[in-house]
Amino acid sequence: MSLTETTYWVVGASFALYIIIAIRARAGSTQEFYVAGGGIHPVANGMATAADWMSAASFISMAGLIGLSYNGYGGSVFLMGWTGGYVILAMLIAPYLRKYGKFTVPEFIGDRYYSSAARVVAVICLIICSVTYVIGQMKGIGVAFSRFLETDYETGLLSGMVIVFFYAVLGGMKGITYTQIAQFCVLIFAYTVPAIFISLQLTGQPIPQLGLGSTLADGTYLLHKLDQILLDLGFQEYTTSVRGSTLNMAAFTASLMIGTAGLPHVIIRFFTVPTVRAARTSAGWALVFIAILYTTAPAVAAMARLNIIQTLQPEPGQHLAINERPAWFKNWEQTGLLGIEDKNADGLIQYSADPVTNELVTLDNDILVLANPEIANLPNWVIALVAAGGLAAALSTAAGLLLAISSAISHDLLKRTFMPAISERQELMASRLAMAAAVLGAGYLGLNPPGFAAGTVALAFGLAAASLFPALLLGIFSKRVTREGAILGMLAGIGVTLAYVFQHKGIMFIPGTSFLGDLPPNWFLGIEPNGFGVVGALVNFAVALGVTRITSPPPDSVRELVDDIRVPVSPRAI
Amino acid sequence: MEQPQSDARRRIYWRENLRWMAIFGTIWFAVSLGCGVLWVEPLNQIQMGGFKLGFWFAQQGAIYTFIVLIFAYARVMARLEERLGLEEPDE
Repeated sequence: MSLTETTYWVVGASFALYIIIAIRARAGSTQEFYVAGGGIHPVANGMATAADWMSAASFISMAGLIGLSYNGYGGSVFLMGWTGGYVILAMLIAPYLRKYGKFTVPEFIGDRYYSSAARVVAVICLIICSVTYVIGQMKGIGVAFSRFLETDYETGLLSGMVIVFFYAVLGGMKGITYTQIAQFCVLIFAYTVPAIFISLQLTGQPIPQLGLGSTLADGTYLLHKLDQILLDLGFQEYTTSVRGSTLNMAAFTASLMIGTAGLPHVIIRFFTVPTVRAARTSAGWALVFIAILYTTAPAVAAMARLNIIQTLQPEPGQHLAINERPAWFKNWEQTGLLGIEDKNADGLIQYSADPVTNELVTLDNDILVLANPEIANLPNWVIALVAAGGLAAALSTAAGLLLAISSAISHDLLKRTFMPAISERQELMASRLAMAAAVLGAGYLGLNPPGFAAGTVALAFGLAAASLFPALLLGIFSKRVTREGAILGMLAGIGVTLAYVFQHKGIMFIPGTSFLGDLPPNWFLGIEPNGFGVVGALVNFAVALGVTRITSPPPDSVRELVDDIRVPVSPRAI
Repeated sequence: MEQPQSDARRRIYWRENLRWMAIFGTIWFAVSLGCGVLWVEPLNQIQMGGFKLGFWFAQQGAIYTFIVLIFAYARVMARLEERLGLEEPDE
């Protein structure tokens, strides 16, 4: 069976599984549609959260970002940032919002800050964060289809939309939860199998996390060898190359951490477990399942980088001849992810850090994960599995984001703000229509990506960190912060973050409109735009606390609400 | 008589909760932004198997510690709830 046929079978089987689950998990009430009935087991919710969390970016791009763009150590910002947020979530956010026990994040902000205006501002912040995020997933679906199934991008994207439409509109959170569990199994299997093989081949150690610190066949440590080779080629050392400055690394890491704890599609997953206690352990399980991929990724990054360099340069000074390059190399050249140019016309490929003489002119980040099975000579079914895994990662995250968007529209805007008189049946219908509209809207943006679509996933974290996270944290840990403080804080936080990103990357990312230029010397304290969320969050805190001092205190009912959510049982129940 | 007692228990619960958060939060900061970023250079002088120690914290150790922290926090909070009679009924 050819590779394409195998891939069709594996991907087709995974899609059939998602559809069967969707038919069996239809939502019959708004409670099932928004929070899956609230009775999901913490381990099951942990698995669903992991799939919800790990997007196409985590699955396809992250190892390459670490291994190539960020040259090793610099990529640690993603590893620590995208996992450390769960500790904040488990201690500072999830238990209290679970105790609050309603359906959405803006709903909490509206009640805590006794104001429909606060709820609407939270909905706007939620939609800005989630839409920038979902565009990346839609692109991921289209790209995965077109690379592995040889369809064009549009066909791939439409197929993905049909699947998401089917289970998200029908099942809401209930359908999404059970499909995400299946998608987690597919994606984690697909990620770890090639990693185990590549680790075995290089170090003889089947566990990639240990293989990263093991010795190669020649007796030298893998990381020492990689450091040495990269230094010889003119790069920085793999294990010590800092991204920007220490302050930039710290700010970037912190932005991703608090962004994680402020992203609504993650928070609402903790509304689906039965108790406050379950919300805490569920965050732990989510991180266990996420860590399987996140501790494997740095091993894949280093090992695949070494493999590629050693393919090009088996011994120092010895270079691969262009007409002897392996089949996988030619295959990935056709997709535009790899590109060579024989600048000195000697028929050999010279790879180096110097852009003038480097002849491997294109080396896309995604190649590290996508081409890994072929580089390691793994059988076709493993390559097919990577395709199914990438799609599972993109579909599960897209569905979670779409639910966050549609429930904000049907529940917070319609039911709680503009049409409070509608019945539950009407609201369920409205939530299905909002979901359908969100899927179509995301599909449209995926087909006609606005100029800023590339690289916006990290931006979504900065925006969540600067807008929703401080409002939630202050809402739980302070009884004094007022609605005026929270509203102005959210607007200031998201405003200053967007302004910083726009002034360096262009207004709405249109090239040429960046009035300060995307140049490190102009960065505030040397912090790059993607890492600016933590500064936006500090602005948000400062404005919220400052305005609180000059506005009249919240009503007693708010103080009672805060007292109530802080403890797992309500006063009357004791 | 019942009401003030339960109010007092709720206050103790919250104070203890803040204390545990401070303890676990400090460890959280130390293993990630501390060992992984701020103190990475001195730690890299120490070699642990094939890893420089600072690099290991940044790419492996911090993540393992995070998992332990969450389960440890969940456990102390569950015990605290039991001790103060504030645990939720099982569903």
